[in-house]
Amino acid sequence: MSIQLDQAHTTAMPIATAAGSACSGAPWKASIVAELAEVVRNEAVNAEYRHLVVNCSEEAAAAQPGQFFQLLCPQPAGEQPFLRRPMSLYGADPDRRQVEFLYKVTGAGTRGLDTLKPGDRLDIMGPLGVGFALDPGWRHIVAVGRGAGLATLAPLARAARANGAQVTAVFSARRPDLLVSVDLFHRHRADVIAVTDSEQTSGPANVERILRRLIADGRCDAFFTCGSSRLMRVQQRLAREVGLPGQVAMEQQMACGIGLCYCCVRDFNVNGEIVNRRVCWDGPVFDLMEALP
Amino acid sequence: MSAASNVDLSVSIGGLTLRNPVMPASGTFAEGLEKVMDFNRLGAFVTKTITRELRAGNPLPRVVERPGGLINAIGIPSKGVPYFIETIMPHYAAYDTPLVVSISAPTAEGFASLAAELSIPGVAAIEANISCPNIEEDGKAFAMRAESTQKVTRLLRTATELPLWVKLTPNTGDVPEVARAAEAAGADAVVVANTILSMAIDLKSFKPCLGNIMGGLSGPAIKPIVLRQVFQCAKAVKIPVIGCGGISTADDAIEYMLAGASAVQVGTATFLQPAAMTTIIDGLEAFCLRRETPRVADLIRGVIIEEADEPDLAWLDPVS
Ligand SMILES: Cc1cc2nc3c(=O)[nH]c(=O)nc-3n(C[C@H](O)[C@H](O)[C@H](O)COP(=O)(O)OP(=O)(O)OC[C@H]3O[C@@H](n4cnc5c(N)ncnc54)[C@H](O)[C@@H]3O)c2cc1C
Ligand SMILES: Cc1cc2nc3c(=O)[nH]c(=O)nc-3n(C[C@H](O)[C@H](O)[C@H](O)COP(=O)(O)O)c2cc1C
Ligand code: FES
Repeated sequence: MSIQLDQAHTTAMPIATAAGSACSGAPWKASIVAELAEVVRNEAVNAEYRHLVVNCSEEAAAAQPGQFFQLLCPQPAGEQPFLRRPMSLYGADPDRRQVEFLYKVTGAGTRGLDTLKPGDRLDIMGPLGVGFALDPGWRHIVAVGRGAGLATLAPLARAARANGAQVTAVFSARRPDLLVSVDLFHRHRADVIAVTDSEQTSGPANVERILRRLIADGRCDAFFTCGSSRLMRVQQRLAREVGLPGQVAMEQQMACGIGLCYCCVRDFNVNGEIVNRRVCWDGPVFDLMEALP
Repeated sequence: MSAASNVDLSVSIGGLTLRNPVMPASGTFAEGLEKVMDFNRLGAFVTKTITRELRAGNPLPRVVERPGGLINAIGIPSKGVPYFIETIMPHYAAYDTPLVVSISAPTAEGFASLAAELSIPGVAAIEANISCPNIEEDGKAFAMRAESTQKVTRLLRTATELPLWVKLTPNTGDVPEVARAAEAAGADAVVVANTILSMAIDLKSFKPCLGNIMGGLSGPAIKPIVLRQVFQCAKAVKIPVIGCGGISTADDAIEYMLAGASAVQVGTATFLQPAAMTTIIDGLEAFCLRRETPRVADLIRGVIIEEADEPDLAWLDPVS
């Protein structure tokens, strides 16, 4: 049986919690909060990515791997981002009440984030969505990521280790200097296999070879992936062939981030039937075999 | 705050008393907000518009932001009536907040039969979203014209005994005229308004930003326009006007009430601040306390217009 890391937030649960809290007469308490968090650090880790650490509430610091936050980004000069921006949890420390993000500067919102300095306030809303689930029976898991997907997979390193599972990460990037979270995985004693476009090792055929070897060595009880539909398809094929479970964290443009607006829907193949799901609410983590690119 | 303050926040909307005038706008509210706010504090629940037909909704991208607002072309993804009754309604039954069900249909008869089917225990009022295309009129929205509004409202009136709210479009030249038509046909309230038809183009690809090409603008950018329409409608009809457009703060809600709104709906603001509605309720109460206004309803139509100050609109429209 799988342990749902994010117990309060499956598609089935809100019904029960809603009815439960209303009937029981217990005082109502928010489980998702928007709050002004204090920036502790906001530094470049390479030419593209920034590492942001903020002090936050207990509720926010309870975020689980695979969950995300909606950040209300400050306005950079001359631009007015209006919506919040979804950002995966990169790390959470319930004791110090901190959460971390790893973001790539791409447009108005992330350029706004880039202006933050220690001591500034940032309006964060979360934790949101359904995160990864780890089965206590899994001894070896494989995390395959590319781009911002490496940020999303990062908190798995610690969670898997706490669960007694060994992690092998297969990380893909354009160039070696653009790889992120490698140190973090090493700190949690994970093996990291880096593949890059510049070294011509990142093609699906080579990744498939790597994954087949891991499976043959008995080092892959489950796949976890984010950030590349090409690599997702490789894993879907292998998972089907060998009969392995897997989970994928998906992205989609969002407005509300809490299941209200239906702008973030994607198609999923559920037992041969195409169904529409909200990435923010039903995901962002989904069953690998149901995901469509 | 509420227990101690003695401010009466309740308002009456065509026979339905709400504990306060603040409720969500259709399409911007769902069960997920239960994790953010106490649902027993809201004036009412308003559901996403439902249709009888099963619909997938519009192609992606479904939203694009612009300064001060959001353009959406979500469409009306609908899982149909049985799904609504069996799966959505029970979520709300646990609260003593009235449930307003927003409906839509491609024909006037379709509206009426859907309203009849949904006039069941647990539903406190019907909100007819007549800003949607009418297939009997070449896809032009019912609420674009007084005649089509009157026809659909009259059929709706005969189909349900529940309080009937009619939601108007801001995309027509004479909204007060359409509001009068809804009133004459038996509506208990009008909701002013839906989103403003808009467009955005991407400068990299030269393509429209939305999968649907055009969409509806909402958020702070539209507030002054819709506020003016609420003011005009409140002068044109005796039934309550529910204001909706760009309300993010208690000050916005108060401005709408002064312009003539008996209650307000909050949409896009919830996407930015999920607890916007309860913050607005607290702010309304604080405002009334400060102004020593015993009842929030005293604010309705409170705008002071000196007789000599009747607006002169001639300069806006040189041809008329
Ligand atoms: C669940 C989730 C988790 C994410 N986690 C991370 C992360 O940990 N690190 C990271 O660098 N990026 C992450 N992203 C992508 C990140 O949200 C976008 O890069 C960011 O929104 C871009 O905003 P912008 O204003 O800088 O760019 P713009 O291109 O100006 O944004 C315009 C609009 O498009 C949306 N948008 C643009 N790119 C994306 C995208 N890839 N996914 C979804 N919406 C997008 C924006 O939110 C905004 O509404 C995540 C996305 C999702 C959905
Ligand atoms: C994402 C989104 C979905 C909407 N869906 C509906 C809908 O299904 N039915 C409806 O009557 N109005 C719908 N609306 C319009 C809102 O109810 C409201 O009239 C409009 O957004 C203006 O209010 P606001 O500025 O507070 O958002 C939608 C608006 C948004 C932003
Ligand atoms: S972003 Fe609104 S439903 Fe997902």
